Amino acid sequence: MAAKTLTIDGKQISAEEGATVLQAATEAGIVIPTLCHLEGVYDVGACRLCIVEVTGTPKLLPACTTKVAEGMEIKTDSERLRKYRRMILELLFAERNHVCAVCVSNGHCELQTLAYSQGLDHVRYEYTFPKWKVDTTHNLFGMDHNRCVLCSRCVRVCWHIEGAGTKNVSGRGGKSQIITDLNQPWGEAESCTSCGKCVQSCPTGALFHKGSTVGEMERDRGKLEFIVTAREKKQWIATD
Amino acid sequence: MQLDDLNAIAEKHRSSRKKIIVRTCMSAGCMSSQADVIKKNLEAEAKAQGLDADVEVRRVGCMGFCGQGPLVGVDENGQHGLWEFVKPEDAPAIIAALKGGECKVQRGDPKHPFFAKQMHIVRANGGIIDPERIEDYIAIGGYKALHHSLTELQPAQVVEEITKSGLRGRGGAGFPTGLKWGTVAKSPGAKKYIVCNGDEGDPGAFMDRSVLESDPHLVLEGMAIAAYAVGADQGYLYVRAEYPLAISRLQIAIKQAKQLGLLGAGVFETPFNFNVDIRIGAGAFVCGEETALMASVEGKRGTPRPRPPFPAASGLWGCPTLINNVETFANISAIINRGGAWYAGIGTEKSKGTKVFALTGKIKNNGLIEVPMGIPLRQIVMEMGGGAPDGRQVKSVQTGGPSGGCIPADYLDTPVDYESLTKLGSIMGSGGMVVMDDSTNMVEIAKFYMEFCMEESCGKCIPCRAGTVQMFNLLEKITQRKATARDLAKLEELCDMVKNTSLCGLGQTAPNPVVSTLKFFRKEYEELLQPDPFGPHSNGAAKPQAK
Repeated sequence: MAAKTLTIDGKQISAEEGATVLQAATEAGIVIPTLCHLEGVYDVGACRLCIVEVTGTPKLLPACTTKVAEGMEIKTDSERLRKYRRMILELLFAERNHVCAVCVSNGHCELQTLAYSQGLDHVRYEYTFPKWKVDTTHNLFGMDHNRCVLCSRCVRVCWHIEGAGTKNVSGRGGKSQIITDLNQPWGEAESCTSCGKCVQSCPTGALFHKGSTVGEMERDRGKLEFIVTAREKKQWIATD
Repeated sequence: MQLDDLNAIAEKHRSSRKKIIVRTCMSAGCMSSQADVIKKNLEAEAKAQGLDADVEVRRVGCMGFCGQGPLVGVDENGQHGLWEFVKPEDAPAIIAALKGGECKVQRGDPKHPFFAKQMHIVRANGGIIDPERIEDYIAIGGYKALHHSLTELQPAQVVEEITKSGLRGRGGAGFPTGLKWGTVAKSPGAKKYIVCNGDEGDPGAFMDRSVLESDPHLVLEGMAIAAYAVGADQGYLYVRAEYPLAISRLQIAIKQAKQLGLLGAGVFETPFNFNVDIRIGAGAFVCGEETALMASVEGKRGTPRPRPPFPAASGLWGCPTLINNVETFANISAIINRGGAWYAGIGTEKSKGTKVFALTGKIKNNGLIEVPMGIPLRQIVMEMGGGAPDGRQVKSVQTGGPSGGCIPADYLDTPVDYESLTKLGSIMGSGGMVVMDDSTNMVEIAKFYMEFCMEESCGKCIPCRAGTVQMFNLLEKITQRKATARDLAKLEELCDMVKNTSLCGLGQTAPNPVVSTLKFFRKEYEELLQPDPFGPHSNGAAKPQAK
């Protein structure tokens, strides 16, 4: 496979053909903020936080789904990108009920961490305070739709790592929600294998182990990567 | 089926024609006003008055002047008559008028500018042939272009002819059709697909519905020629479920074409195979976006995915896929029959051919028109459309649906082509043209379209899903006279962000109605604003502290 040489933030780097800009940047130690991206499952380019500027392209492109090309010049950080990323996060916080102080993921939350890293100190949009339900019908896990950012990581993990196909997205626009089976309560979803991979994949406190209280919900992402590495490369190595 | 057989069908059909043809429009618009009863009454009446030997009462597709419907046309000795606002009980008088009797039904004027300024390529057979009889289509020369392509042209020559014509995609973005066909033709892969996008969803737009209801074989023939040109053997016609009449006529058309060997295996006894299946939408506007449409055809949730890869490289089930709009396919047979050079002679330098528009809103003459590209907007709105009714003035023309913009009356002399409309912050779009008069509040219009986008956002990417909600809320706040200059600044900032960061065309163009009304009618927004109790600092930034 041919290697491609490209420039990211002024730094000359090489990347394998077929690699994404995000992979190339990560390998070179350049951090691009992401939310819907999850190691081990395919990317969907939905959260738009990883958008980058590519010289010669008028549109901003998501780093997670854009493939590297020879001679590409990429900027992952600019005043404009920072502004857009902050706005995306603001929109998320205003969309549902993200109250860190009472959240199981407080302190271990990717949304919270992103907000800190992007310098988000307040939200300028009006909170919509929607009334979403909490599904605690499963005997091991719970799902709080108030904290869901619709990144669809749990759906992808459920379909493509576990292969159960329990989780899905229903509805459209702001009324979209994660469902189990044909929108049954999780506890009654027959296809669920109770593997818990969705809980490991969740960036916020939307999916949690029952019984965890404020700040207790820590995730072991390594488990997912371990399975994927084992399956794809036949290497039984924990990445952590 | 060979050319001789095709000609024989045409000849037989032509020779069996009766002297007088009474055409009853049976498209969705006229059908909603009992066109089916009108046709039945006309048939019964022709019999009762002893004219059934000379009179054929024919079901036809859309005649265009939908605002005056139900319409009944009469052809006798090369003369064409038109009856407007026909009611079922008018049938005796209309038939009696064929014998010189008196008829009080309103007569239409086929020389009216609404008709006279039109140029028909896509709609050439609309309102003339029976869409449910393939013989009618064959009798006016149908499927000859397909035969010519299959027997006398190489696939590359077909692509070249389309490229020469300068035809651009009629779905809205205006991508050169020949280039797209060439790309799919050159994409490696044994299996390729053709997709026809009939998921017309812009508010007030009904061009594709009319074409599908009036002339389904024209679209099928275009798809078959495309399949031959790019090397595909399977096509999908994606039609929204809200068009049941179009779907049923397409089903009939596909069945008839298969029976005659014009679709299916060994078309025209050549090695070319082409099957077409219909896929029915489930009510999502976003499925008009090509990647969402393909996901829907595959049976998945209809959400867009990032491009590249473009469908030409990786489309349905990962195979190279050619996806074009209904109207684009409807242009193909005319281009093959009359040549790319002929087509390129119509329209402007960069926008060739004709475009069908659904002329609606505050305008005297509502309906469907097909005009050459480059025609000034004023001719469409003021001459063909007759301007605003009730003595009011035209204020603005909205083109391109929720992805388009509002063009103010000052710019009515703009030629209607892809570039000129884009320059004004609107787009050609699929062909919706909504006229607004001076009683229209432009902020309300922007709010209407934003609500539409908010409802139709698929929810996949954050800027579109959450951004449209916030933009709608801000617009509502403005119309309720509760907003300040700071809110307006926030709205403008969101417009910029949603446009630049959204995943697909729906989100990227959702702010257009707001941006264009702000550009031309900013005063209407500002008149609704309240004084800001916190001073003029926009964006909610904290006031700088005095040291």
